[in-house]
Amino acid sequence: MNAPATPLPAAALLLMRRDLRLALRRPGDSLLPLGFFLVITTLFPLALDPDLSQLRDVAPAALWVGALLSSLLALDLLFRDDGQDGALEQLALCGQPFAVLLLAKAAVHWLLTGLPLVCVAPLAAVALGAPYAAMGGILSAVLLGTLALSLIGAVGAGLTLSLRRNGSLLALLILPLAVPVLIFGARATALAIAGEPAAAPLYLLAALAVLAATLAPWALAAAVRIGLE
Amino acid sequence: MAWVWFHKFGSPPHFYRIAGRLTPWLAWPALLLGLAGLYGGLVLAPADYQQGDGFRILYVHVPSAWLSLMVYVVMALSAAVGLIWRMNVAHAVAASCAPIGASFTALALVTGMLWGRPMWGTYWEWDPRLTSELLLLFLYLGYIGLRNSIDEVSRADRASAVLAIVGVVNVPIIHYSVIWWNSLHQAPSVMKFGKPTMPASMLVPLLLMWLAFTLLFGALLLIRARGQVLRRERAAHWIREALA
Amino acid sequence: MSELSAHNLHLWRGDTHVLRGVSFALQGGQCLQVTGANGTGKTTLLRALSGLAQLEEGQVRWDGAPIARDLGSYHGALAYLGHDNGLKGDLSAHENLRFGVGLRRSVSASAIDAALAQLGVAAQRDLPLRQLSAGQRRRVALARLVLLAAPLWILDEPTANLDSAGHTLIESLLHSHLDAQGMAVVATHQPLERLGERLRGLQLS
Repeated sequence: MNAPATPLPAAALLLMRRDLRLALRRPGDSLLPLGFFLVITTLFPLALDPDLSQLRDVAPAALWVGALLSSLLALDLLFRDDGQDGALEQLALCGQPFAVLLLAKAAVHWLLTGLPLVCVAPLAAVALGAPYAAMGGILSAVLLGTLALSLIGAVGAGLTLSLRRNGSLLALLILPLAVPVLIFGARATALAIAGEPAAAPLYLLAALAVLAATLAPWALAAAVRIGLE
Repeated sequence: MAWVWFHKFGSPPHFYRIAGRLTPWLAWPALLLGLAGLYGGLVLAPADYQQGDGFRILYVHVPSAWLSLMVYVVMALSAAVGLIWRMNVAHAVAASCAPIGASFTALALVTGMLWGRPMWGTYWEWDPRLTSELLLLFLYLGYIGLRNSIDEVSRADRASAVLAIVGVVNVPIIHYSVIWWNSLHQAPSVMKFGKPTMPASMLVPLLLMWLAFTLLFGALLLIRARGQVLRRERAAHWIREALA
Repeated sequence: MSELSAHNLHLWRGDTHVLRGVSFALQGGQCLQVTGANGTGKTTLLRALSGLAQLEEGQVRWDGAPIARDLGSYHGALAYLGHDNGLKGDLSAHENLRFGVGLRRSVSASAIDAALAQLGVAAQRDLPLRQLSAGQRRRVALARLVLLAAPLWILDEPTANLDSAGHTLIESLLHSHLDAQGMAVVATHQPLERLGERLRGLQLS
């Protein structure tokens, strides 16, 4: 009847290119979570013994707590601007399936804030005493984990869309839901560092990411629509 | 026919009346069964050969833990009903569940800690059940926090409904991931008790307590939900007749 | 011909009964002007008509069918302009329009330039929107309205931040839109009598 002439994939790509262009014009914003992650990783040796063999035991915890907290920080970027200038509203009204558009936004958000973590985490792990051989396993774990975290976090960001900037509520909402990612991710990292096969927790992480990808579109669209009222 | 009943129950004045009438039918049996269960558990059941009398706290701990989970499921289900069928009463029920569920969770945690003290020597161990209950408490607090931070009732209802549905899907995942995590490190779990190996004298009071707690939840839920419905509908006409 | 109808719309904001049984029917070629003091629910009504706000009671229908049944397709026929322009400050006017319209239909660069010229902001084509005045940004938003070529316009205070030349511009845009059998729901205090008998009024209290 009155379906938009632009096909959905083209519209989603248009949105993703817009978000990337916007991010490139303000590069500092996207780099903040990465900086935060590095700072947290640095705090652990400072708080403990700088001896690498001891740090190695704490490395999984340090990496994943850092990844969780910096994902939380990064969520601010997802809907804040579009919510404030009315662009999110226009997206809800453009006639394309809202869930897909929001998923596209979450995908770009991951590219800008999650992917840098994936690249840096193995290096941070080495700095915390992990052997070079562990880098591959750690990269896979952080890749799957940040994907799941991005989706879970996006739902939380959608639910708290219209609220006064209250980071602690967002943390309270998301961190319990992120616990399985933390558990499996840290375990995969520990196995990789010990040189043992990490297939089991990696598969579980992948399952979490897939579950998040299935549930998130509905939850995101519902949450953001409620937030836009 | 079932739909007619469903929609009738969902109408606030009907719900208010029916809930009011049902409450004593839940509250009194809850009290009686609870007393029977406590008597059976605290007095009649023999002391456990390993844990002595300390194990008796399980008669409060186990039903609380079970209920903390069941209440979350009821909360998520009624939130979903409220979201799909736009039923205010269902949202009121979901809102009422949250503090009750959080209380059961806190009770399970406290009794778990009290149980742990004589068993492990410390009040806290990262036991899978206790850790799971702690995370469940955070989920409840998050739900309550989200509700409180949105001023507009209808939006708070719907946003927290989405959260509850997302949460209920995650509860089994969180639960099993915590068990998995715990099994890796072989921490002793004193809380496991083999169901088939429990003698009847221990099992019966436990079942009575479980039933009593469930009825208590029902009674508390109806009382709270009635209060919620009153508050939400305070501008409506039927309130004056109902309270007359 | 298309028709937008509202049937007994009720909406509460907390304890306030903001929309109390609003009903109307609007045909192609007609414009509904919504007036009322501040706080009487003009914005709420427009948002409810757009499907952004949920109604407690009542239905909005497009061509006889409730919009809730197929919101995506209703939105394809709708162009909404709210208090916020819905434009990105870091993008230029041209980039904003290429995105905003492109989501719905493909549009050529020359068509975008023509629309910008029609709205009097052609010179600001490549400047980041941040650098434009509030009035110029509103004009860019109006250019998007024109380019979307949607049959139904829902405009909330379109004249905000505009000078008297802008007011005249909006009137002429409405004229041509109605001439093409489009319809519009406009919340504004600007006199629109020159639309003649195509104008209907709705006073909220």
